Amino acid sequence: MSDPVLATHQLSKRFGALCATDDVSIDLRPGEIHAIIGPNGAGKSTLIKQICGGLRPDAGKIMFLGRDVSGLDASARARAGLGRSFQVSELAMEDTVLENAVLGAIGAGAGPWRFWRAATRTAALVERAEAALARVGLTAQRDQVVASLSHGQRRQLEVAVALTLSPKAFIMDEPMAGLGAEGSKALTGFLDGLRSQAPILLVEHDMDAVFALADRISVLVYGKIIATGSADDIRTSAVVRDAYLGDAA
Amino acid sequence: MRMNETWVNALVLLGLVAVPGWALMVDEPFTITLATRAAILALAAVGLNIVLGIGGLVSFGHALFFGLGGYAMGILAFHAQTYSALDLGFIQIEGSTSMPVIWLVAMGVSALVAAVIGILTLRTSGVYFIMITLAFAQMFYYFAISWAQYGGEDGLSIYVRNGFPGLNTLAPIQFFGICFVVLCLVLLLNARVQASPFGLALNAARQSATRVEAVGLDPIKLRLVAFVLSGAITGLAGALFADLNRFVSPSMFSWTLSGELIVLIIIGGVGRLMGPVIGACIFVGLEHFLGGLTDFWHIYLGAILLCIVLFGRGGVIGLLTGKEGAHV
Repeated sequence: MSDPVLATHQLSKRFGALCATDDVSIDLRPGEIHAIIGPNGAGKSTLIKQICGGLRPDAGKIMFLGRDVSGLDASARARAGLGRSFQVSELAMEDTVLENAVLGAIGAGAGPWRFWRAATRTAALVERAEAALARVGLTAQRDQVVASLSHGQRRQLEVAVALTLSPKAFIMDEPMAGLGAEGSKALTGFLDGLRSQAPILLVEHDMDAVFALADRISVLVYGKIIATGSADDIRTSAVVRDAYLGDAA
Repeated sequence: MRMNETWVNALVLLGLVAVPGWALMVDEPFTITLATRAAILALAAVGLNIVLGIGGLVSFGHALFFGLGGYAMGILAFHAQTYSALDLGFIQIEGSTSMPVIWLVAMGVSALVAAVIGILTLRTSGVYFIMITLAFAQMFYYFAISWAQYGGEDGLSIYVRNGFPGLNTLAPIQFFGICFVVLCLVLLLNARVQASPFGLALNAARQSATRVEAVGLDPIKLRLVAFVLSGAITGLAGALFADLNRFVSPSMFSWTLSGELIVLIIIGGVGRLMGPVIGACIFVGLEHFLGGLTDFWHIYLGAILLCIVLFGRGGVIGLLTGKEGAHV
């Protein structure tokens, strides 16, 4: 078995008496989609924030591409190759779709210390941005302001910006949230193809999508991983059924 | 009424040249001085607009850089007119009455101070950033008051306007020309920077710092560079302002001036290229015409500001072009 791309080792985070992340060790292997599921308040977002660098864990470490990235801040981890999409869209709402994608291209390419040539007239940046927009199907909206996009299109743009970075791993926090049946079906198909480019750590509430996509699933309850396994393992696990899935699965 | 922003911008600049041009023909030198004042205040506000409009940082201490530029001019010219050396402790330098030299010193000192203050303050945001920038400006204000060597509270008069190679700077129209060309060059720089990768990233950091971090950029560094650039431009404006009045005083550091610069930008249009220029023209116009009628002309300025804040978030440019200003 190949080495994991991303791994957490005994990660812990407490907020006062609440243990939001309790000794979590998970990994993400090349070419896979690893889904993290769990009830509301299980600590999924807290875990993602620690992996991406928005929150410092109390104990444990995070390995990415064989390197300890625990001490790096969010932007340094992004530069190392961690691509991210957010639960609530984090986009420049007053800017156009193209400008948002170009921002990603700036981060991936020569950086922001260029002060003279217009960013949206720099061929290298625009080509990279347009390629990413084409992949998520936003080419027609390229000159629209983000604030005027539908919720689903904003989710697509989040993914497109992550794509411009050509990341070594994707961290996606509820990409299906609020998409509706059609939208989540389309995005499910898209993510399915994306895993061959880079593995995806997927936090998702949409169980149909999770069971359709995930190579492995980890179940997080009260900050603790109570089970990790294939979709079938998780579906039939008595522990998981008690703690989370209930009669739904 | 919807107008193309490029046309509005061109009209504003044309107006700013036409007024002193007319004044020259009918021999009204005071009107030229008013236009010069507007151009210089516009320049100072263009500097502030980079951090406030694009970067989203409400600096309530930009008079600090305006004052630094003013004192850079005052101190250099003072030593030149008294034929005394300026003793910096480790080195002694001559004063200067050359505008290009003074401008470079004013921008250099302002940029340096902006870098130090930026490093100390840019981790704060919102009301804390407003208060901490105000506090720094007040420190310099009180320091200037107590600095007896350069006039203390009374300020410092410079008897001769500084020189620019090939020009008679004492002729109001020629000095206006210098200020106007500097303003245009800085506006060009501003336009290019705003559209550049740096400007795009800075503008995105105002809207979502998390997004900018997620693409691997550091919002604090972007803001620091913007703050330094902004401070240097406002410092340059301060040097020109001191030359216009041939007088420097601690009032150039005062918080009311910091506030006026913010007001100029809000009236004109936050984050818009010509916002500060329109704002400065309106401000100087009101100050002159209403100030002649009543000492309480600020009431009318306040009413205008109130209307713009309540009904037109994009300022005057927003009203003319139908686009909203940047949200700060």
